[in-house]
Amino acid sequence: MSSSTNYRSLGAAKRSRASKQDLRLAIIFLTPAAIGFMVFLVWPTLRGIWLSFTSYNLLTPAEFVGFANYERMLGDPVFWNSMKVTVEYVVINIGLQTAIALIIALLMHRLTQSTLLRGIVLMPYLVSNVVTAIVFLWVLDVQFGVANQVLEWIGVDKIGFLSSETWAIPTIALINVWRHVGYTALLIFAGLQMLPNDVFEAAKLDGAGEFRSFFSITMPLLRPIMALVLIMTVIGSFQVFDTVAVTTGGGPANATNVLQLYIYDVAFGRFQFGYASAMSVALLLVLGIITFIQFRLTRAGSSDMN
Amino acid sequence: MTTTAARRVEANIEPKPTKTRRRLSPGRIVAWAIMILVIIVTLFPFYWMLRTALSTNPGLQANPDSWLPPEFTFGAFERVFGLQDTEQAIAEGGSGTQLNFWRYLLNSVFVSTLITVCQLAFSAMAAFAFSRLNWPGRDKVFAIFIGGLMVPSIFTLLPNFVLIKQLGLIDNLLGIALPTMFMTPFAVFFFRQFFLNVPKEIEEAALLDGVSKMGTFFRVVLPMSSSPLATLGILTYISSWNDYFWPLMVSYTDSSRVLTVALGVFRSQSPQSGTDWAGLMAATLVAALPMILLFGVFAKRIVNSIGFSGIK
Repeated sequence: MSSSTNYRSLGAAKRSRASKQDLRLAIIFLTPAAIGFMVFLVWPTLRGIWLSFTSYNLLTPAEFVGFANYERMLGDPVFWNSMKVTVEYVVINIGLQTAIALIIALLMHRLTQSTLLRGIVLMPYLVSNVVTAIVFLWVLDVQFGVANQVLEWIGVDKIGFLSSETWAIPTIALINVWRHVGYTALLIFAGLQMLPNDVFEAAKLDGAGEFRSFFSITMPLLRPIMALVLIMTVIGSFQVFDTVAVTTGGGPANATNVLQLYIYDVAFGRFQFGYASAMSVALLLVLGIITFIQFRLTRAGSSDMN
Repeated sequence: MTTTAARRVEANIEPKPTKTRRRLSPGRIVAWAIMILVIIVTLFPFYWMLRTALSTNPGLQANPDSWLPPEFTFGAFERVFGLQDTEQAIAEGGSGTQLNFWRYLLNSVFVSTLITVCQLAFSAMAAFAFSRLNWPGRDKVFAIFIGGLMVPSIFTLLPNFVLIKQLGLIDNLLGIALPTMFMTPFAVFFFRQFFLNVPKEIEEAALLDGVSKMGTFFRVVLPMSSSPLATLGILTYISSWNDYFWPLMVSYTDSSRVLTVALGVFRSQSPQSGTDWAGLMAATLVAALPMILLFGVFAKRIVNSIGFSGIK
């Protein structure tokens, strides 16, 4: 990997010349990516943290205000409501999605390797959140939506899936389960494919049934994979915005005002970029803490395989 | 080519166990029943989109539970592409306002292509520098790049908006493409993994043949990594096509509106009662169709790319 293995046979002089050549080429090849990295990733990250300590409305220069934004945040009931709503969304979304994805993955693993089937399962993932949101807006429409028609046939009262305070968040969580469950299932499926087959054969010979071998072998072996899947999906889930923005716009009465939506509203509706940045930092911290805890709890690094 | 060969080999080994496994036990029947239910739930919204798009709005309101399109017509699609005159549009329940659909489509194609081509090229170049070139501090710089994975993209949106505004690129297609155009830490990481696997001997043989170091990138490393390049390219194209939050921040008028944003605007402007659902479904279908077609062609590649080899 290092220069010493690469050019060992060519001698030290040649090596240093080659290394100099390499350095020049490396600089040329790295320049565009480095510009992008510095300008659109490192700089905005630092600037986002800096802005959270300022009062900034885009028009006049940012003014340092210390922890004022954070103090305001801690006393802002809308922020806490947004946190609560977001957590509620994540719990429902991730809980159902992981459970259903695991079932789909296990079924596929036992039943078929068909690419067609995997393709079908993945299809919703290729459609944008906006398209998904609009389609479900129509399917779940109170007046003419087919979902309420079906409820009527069964003899259940109509449900304002997206217009009732109790139903809105579970509904949005379910809409996003529909879109993401296939992707998650394929991730878990890929994990299942990596498990060594001989353990299962051995369990079978010992007379273990499907359920027994699932709980005693599959789950423990799958744990590191599930941990990775959870970390990825939870972080994605916390960033929910598109579906809410298109379906409910945060309503009714802030019932679906998730954190990202509130941040967007504060920034672009009220032009309080400083306060919006402070809330973004809070979200960043929450995500960091959750990742850390999940990593610890599930012992993601270690596996029972060795 | 290699995949089909591998498949055939698999098929040759497979038959024996499948024969014994194929016996229909009650467990398998239940399992298949659940699987079929999953497929129905997955595909139903797509069917419902099509069914609605092929109807008229008065028909939809009169027969909300009809499984086939009530009052079958291509009118909604004509409306989307501005081919329907106002009178007929209103008769079918449209709003009569013109939608600049071709423009949005073109904007989406432009932005997604620009992002995909540049991001892939620049990330691959960086990955080459991190894997096949030897220079002091290489691994440290790479570690810093990978550190970028820790920052969720959503955090950089607000400050990036401020930056794009200062650059005067608000409401400009370039402003939409710029932040993701140069690289993503993931793409660099992903390509580096593949470039490291290109055997040193092939590269050295090329060098002996008089190919320059830069030449090995274009003639040896890139061709040998064409498969992961294509896979990541397709995935990047799809995700930039589907992106909503960032373009929503940057674009304000039709000149820079991409399809997702236009659909959102279309939806929020339609009245609470009497929404042109047929038109909306036709529009969403047209917006989703390019990605569904792309998926149709590359399904196998995309489906098989999902795994942990590249931690994605």
